[in-house]
Amino acid sequence: MHEYLTAIGLETHAELSTDTKIFCNCKNRFGESPNTNVCPVCMGLPGALPTVNRTAVEYAVVMGHALNCKINLVSRFDRKNYLYPDLPKSYQISQSYVPICVDGWVDFWYNGEVRRVRIERIHIEEDAGKLIHNENSEEITFVDLNRCGVPLIEIVTKPDIRSPGEAAAYLKTIRSILTYLDICDCKMQEGSLRSDVNVSLNLPGEPLGVRCEMKNINSFSAVTRAAEYEIDRQRQILDSGGKIHQQTRRWDDLKRCSFLMRTKENADDYRYFPEPDIPPVEISIQRSEELKKSFGELANVKLIRYITKYRLNEKDAQYICSDPELASFFDRCVQSARFSPLDYSRRIMSELAKYLNDTNKSFEDTKLDVKRFNELMEEMDKGSISNSAFKKAFIALAETDLDVKKIINDLGLLQLADENELERIAERVLKENPKSGDDYKRGKTNALGYLMGQCMKISNGKANPVRMKEILLSHLAKK
Amino acid sequence: MIMEIYNYYAYELNSLFKRGELCASEITKAFLDRIDTVDSKLNSFISVYKDHALASALRIDEKRSKAQPLSDLAAVPIGIKDNIAVKGMKMTCGSRMLENYISPYNASVIEKLNSADSVLIGKLNMDEFAMGSSSETSFFGAVRNPYDTNRVAGGSSGGCAAGVSACEVPVAIGSDTGGSIRLPASFCGAVGLKPTYSAVSRYGLTAFSSSLDQIGPVCRCVKDTALTYDYISGHDDRDSTSCSFKGTNCFADLRCGIKGTVVGVPYELFSGRIHPFVEEKFCSFLTAIEKLGAKITRIKLNTSPFALPAYYVISSAEASSNLSRFDGVRYGFRADDYTDINDMYIKTRTQGFGEEVKRRIMLGTFVLSSGYYDQYYIKAVNAARQIKSELKSIMEKIDVIALPTAPQTAFKIGQKLDDPVEMYQNDVYTVIANLTGLPAISFPCGKDENGLPIGAQLIAGAFNEQLLLDMAYTYETDVGGFAKPEL
Repeated sequence: MHEYLTAIGLETHAELSTDTKIFCNCKNRFGESPNTNVCPVCMGLPGALPTVNRTAVEYAVVMGHALNCKINLVSRFDRKNYLYPDLPKSYQISQSYVPICVDGWVDFWYNGEVRRVRIERIHIEEDAGKLIHNENSEEITFVDLNRCGVPLIEIVTKPDIRSPGEAAAYLKTIRSILTYLDICDCKMQEGSLRSDVNVSLNLPGEPLGVRCEMKNINSFSAVTRAAEYEIDRQRQILDSGGKIHQQTRRWDDLKRCSFLMRTKENADDYRYFPEPDIPPVEISIQRSEELKKSFGELANVKLIRYITKYRLNEKDAQYICSDPELASFFDRCVQSARFSPLDYSRRIMSELAKYLNDTNKSFEDTKLDVKRFNELMEEMDKGSISNSAFKKAFIALAETDLDVKKIINDLGLLQLADENELERIAERVLKENPKSGDDYKRGKTNALGYLMGQCMKISNGKANPVRMKEILLSHLAKK
Repeated sequence: MIMEIYNYYAYELNSLFKRGELCASEITKAFLDRIDTVDSKLNSFISVYKDHALASALRIDEKRSKAQPLSDLAAVPIGIKDNIAVKGMKMTCGSRMLENYISPYNASVIEKLNSADSVLIGKLNMDEFAMGSSSETSFFGAVRNPYDTNRVAGGSSGGCAAGVSACEVPVAIGSDTGGSIRLPASFCGAVGLKPTYSAVSRYGLTAFSSSLDQIGPVCRCVKDTALTYDYISGHDDRDSTSCSFKGTNCFADLRCGIKGTVVGVPYELFSGRIHPFVEEKFCSFLTAIEKLGAKITRIKLNTSPFALPAYYVISSAEASSNLSRFDGVRYGFRADDYTDINDMYIKTRTQGFGEEVKRRIMLGTFVLSSGYYDQYYIKAVNAARQIKSELKSIMEKIDVIALPTAPQTAFKIGQKLDDPVEMYQNDVYTVIANLTGLPAISFPCGKDENGLPIGAQLIAGAFNEQLLLDMAYTYETDVGGFAKPEL
């Protein structure tokens, strides 16, 4: 029995949500009736030629920037040749030799630390059609070519991922980036985000082991399960003195196991060569830079900043990052520097999160702004309102444009800090509850809680609880 | 004696039509009758669309009667090589694989010809998938040479050249990947232009070798060639490799006179290495143009020995990929009995393709295979690059290169079918223009001892079709026009 290290690499296909397909003007849409959204180009009819959809190219460049890649200002399309009934040209137009993006990385928070996974490449390619197997006859299979020519990017990592959970975390990061950039709808059940998972094991200090690949996995949990299964399978082989042979396997998520598809020996030779129908794809350095500046800080980067720089806990940071509008609000609060980032995040988590949850709203639906939020926090800080008053005022802040002073006044939330008034309340409560006073003196300290409660009740909750308690205690000490 | 309508050139037919001396229907009928009379001897056509042609002719006549604007190609009957898509017409590519395939869309050149109101007559025979130099590999039988029907028409656009030469159509649209327009034009005594790569949109041309294929005209005179070229050239959004300019004006700009034109002749390439009659006539042609004012200069093409092998590697590699879509799944031929999908693929492609096509697919598959890619494909691409750069520097010093189009004249049908390498040698002078993307023209420059036409070829700098046409036109005018076969 050995302790193996795991190396996992992912190849993730994301369907780009462009208006039209990558090489023709057919709409890029899911769910049409079979073979209705096709033309000579995407059907691969003799004589038809591809023309490149610039939007797809730009989406790939944007993703390249998001993953810190080097952008190849001149990239090339190549043909990947293989026969399959869902591939009408019998070759897929892809990028093999000079992909559009190379040598990047992505950072994400996993298991209490920042993980960096290197990105080997991002390339553009076309999707294939779909085979529909006839339930009634094994002899007949239908071909639906609607999906042919849907633009894809394939994001290929280095084998930097160390566990199945980390693989899922990586993939979630990729999904959040694609969603934020609005270049892929990431509907995994519709296959718009699917991954091939490569797994190998090695002993510490030794080079990476032989890898096996599992094809076309389209959920986070399936990626985890497939990787776990594969690690187990390889470990058993290695422990019993066997050797891992490079192979491609099909993961069956229902049966929870994988099956051999092909070995290295009978792997397809795709005979890649430069696509002669498409000249090299060029993008100007200016346009590339424009695209780089077209998006703000990504959620994964933000999360790491909140955790490592602002010391937020992961859960709170996650919550704030999950909504770009909220994150922006939070960042502006922090920038105002009236309170610490932690003060803000606590208030956001205790008041805002609850409010949004209760009302089923999103941050965008609220009228919160940094200025009034700060003012309210200051009132609280000064002790002029109580915690419960803060909660009430916060709701008004979220729902109206009224200024903070007016809200506090209108709702009668101003805290009672008048010493004489507090004295009177204390006296009255002790007078009306002599037994509790005696209990306290006899050592039943929880009687204090009851007495405080009575004080707050009489003051309609407005008594400054800190001063109230002090005054109450001094009275109890006197008697 | 009244001249038969089919004897007129295209530009003459157009002016007769515009002047109201002939109507499009008469013209069309005359050519359809001519096809009926002679095509059984030649086999130029794979399919003739009489009703379609007559219907378009009627429509064009109507247009004239309404005094609507008419192009310089209006009412001109045109034959289309059967690898170019015409909506509603069969496109067999000379193959059993596409025996009954009907194209659901028009090639860009067809749209251009349609909007010019030319009359599409039918689809012309060719070597299967344009692979061949003799037009013998067609599933629909060999094309025969109008000068001697026991001889080949040359390939692969043999139907274009034979059909034009025999006056079945005044104009044909062919394709040229390694000489497929020029070689048959030379064998049949016609004029064939392979434009600069990208000058004519390839959209709708069934790809043989995408980086080398180019559509071009085959005609009986230079004027018609220029005229047709103008109507098919120019940018097309649907072909990413297409040129940026809108169109050409070669017909209007056609000029006689070649004074001072510097003609480079690579004598080593052919001296003593080709049919003596071809060499003799080609040299007389050089003398003739020298008399007309051209300056002949000897040049060396050091990279030319690589041309033919590079061509066969690159074109076969691309063909193996381009033809892999013919798998029996969606359209075209499918074998009858098969056990599973792989068996279906194998039987369909074994039975659907002819020997030459299969040879090229295997060759192309081999040179792209892992382990051989660098050894063959990359080497060939590098060789092509070297040829291109050598020609580029040569073209800085001269205006055109002159070469015989083919090392010989039309050979007997069946004579070379069993020796593919010998057959490939026919392309030795033509592939240079394809590998470099440069424009080239072939036109008649005499006949051999058997009365078979000999072709002269000129290659110019990129997009300098005008110079090629002007030179050919000057020579044509000087010799009093090109001859016609007796049929």
